[in-house]
Amino acid sequence: MTLTKRVIPCLDVDNGRVVKGMHFKSIKDAGDPVLLAEKYSQEGADELVFLDITASEQQRETIKSLVQKVAQVIDIPFTVGGGVKNLQDARDILLSGADKVAINTGAVKNPEIITKLMEIFGKQCVVIAMDVKRNYEIKGDRHIFTSDSKKFWFEVYIYGGKTPTNLDAIDWAKEVERRGAGEILLTSIDMDGTKEGYDIQLIKEIVNAVNIPVVASGGCGKPKHMLDVFLQTNVDAALAASIFHYKTHSVDRVKEYLKENGVPVRL
Amino acid sequence: MVKVAIFDYGAGNIFSLKSSLEKNEAQVDIITNLEKIKNYSGLLLPGVGNFDPAIKSLNTSKVAFQNLVKNQIPILGICLGMEMFFEKSEEGKLGGLGILDGEVILLPNKFKIPHMGWNNLQIKKPSVLLDGVKEGSWVYFVHSYRVKPKNEEIIMADSDYGINVPAVIENQTLFGTQFHPEKSSKVGSIMIKNFLRVCKK
Repeated sequence: MTLTKRVIPCLDVDNGRVVKGMHFKSIKDAGDPVLLAEKYSQEGADELVFLDITASEQQRETIKSLVQKVAQVIDIPFTVGGGVKNLQDARDILLSGADKVAINTGAVKNPEIITKLMEIFGKQCVVIAMDVKRNYEIKGDRHIFTSDSKKFWFEVYIYGGKTPTNLDAIDWAKEVERRGAGEILLTSIDMDGTKEGYDIQLIKEIVNAVNIPVVASGGCGKPKHMLDVFLQTNVDAALAASIFHYKTHSVDRVKEYLKENGVPVRL
Repeated sequence: MVKVAIFDYGAGNIFSLKSSLEKNEAQVDIITNLEKIKNYSGLLLPGVGNFDPAIKSLNTSKVAFQNLVKNQIPILGICLGMEMFFEKSEEGKLGGLGILDGEVILLPNKFKIPHMGWNNLQIKKPSVLLDGVKEGSWVYFVHSYRVKPKNEEIIMADSDYGINVPAVIENQTLFGTQFHPEKSSKVGSIMIKNFLRVCKK
């Protein structure tokens, strides 16, 4: 037997409600986070991710009390992100019941925070969230890729996918690993909300660049997309939001489907 | 109602462990030293943090800790909590609690580190903690190091991550898990119950 692939429902939370954005822009209400967390946990989700999507932009405190409520009803691991700027933010989140903290903007602006967090909490607590978009303006020192005979590089974005950083995603992934990150939560801005599947090329390149677990995110519209990302890349986990929120597919059904098609999952 | 204490190194999520114990009808206090440990029937060393800072927070309690072991007060160390039972760890420069002979070493780097996710238990022998847990049960691991006890007889179960990772150790009233029972859904809850049952005795 071996380590299983993880299926992770994501709860994007805005003002205490679960929402789902399309290309990080239009937002649709999708439910009560506590009820959804409980439902996913019972259905066999391997982990949950809880992102306060407004936090970075509005410099808001993460909703600690909500994290506590969610953590009380589940007995599986739980990552929380959004607006984590310093050690105190991270400690608050961990002590409220989260197992891991996901940092995005805070880490790009102040990469030292990764090592500091790792030294206190252990690297398994430190997740770097990377929001990545293809950039077709070719620059010399970037990792250049080709798709449909168009050349591009992968650029890291911050502030909820709104602000480009000029950072090459491959370089950034290696740097966060070197600084002590324990996992990368990798979201394709191009695919997020499209329901057309994960950005397989992006995921493959990041997975090959590092030796820490990577979670694929952005674009999952049906179970087949999850199967594709597990069969075509060596990614460790796949995250999805909308397919689970709107009752189209339950977590256990998706995992059964993955198992039938040869992906090792926990059932 | 059984009363147990969780030692807080000040570095991570102890909330989940506390709620898992409470769900199994224990009364739980969070403590930062062992001064009043006589009031409790069991102690838990939680599984989050980094070796040196965690050992530092336990330093003034080292003797008290050794007495607990001598007096057979049940102790459950989870992940880092279990790693601290040993003499030393490659994660830190400071010595461990030295209750068990052996060391803690980094997982081979040909595999992804940390070992993160759900893996199977390969049960090696009957054990108190694993009472009622089926062979092959899934439990949640997240760790970069593994323990290497001098006495391999104390390994009750392991897990396959390219190499065999000791997953459950048991030595009289000293228990350790490399995975997180408080994060391992229903299977984990069985082990929490088993530990609390030992505390009641």
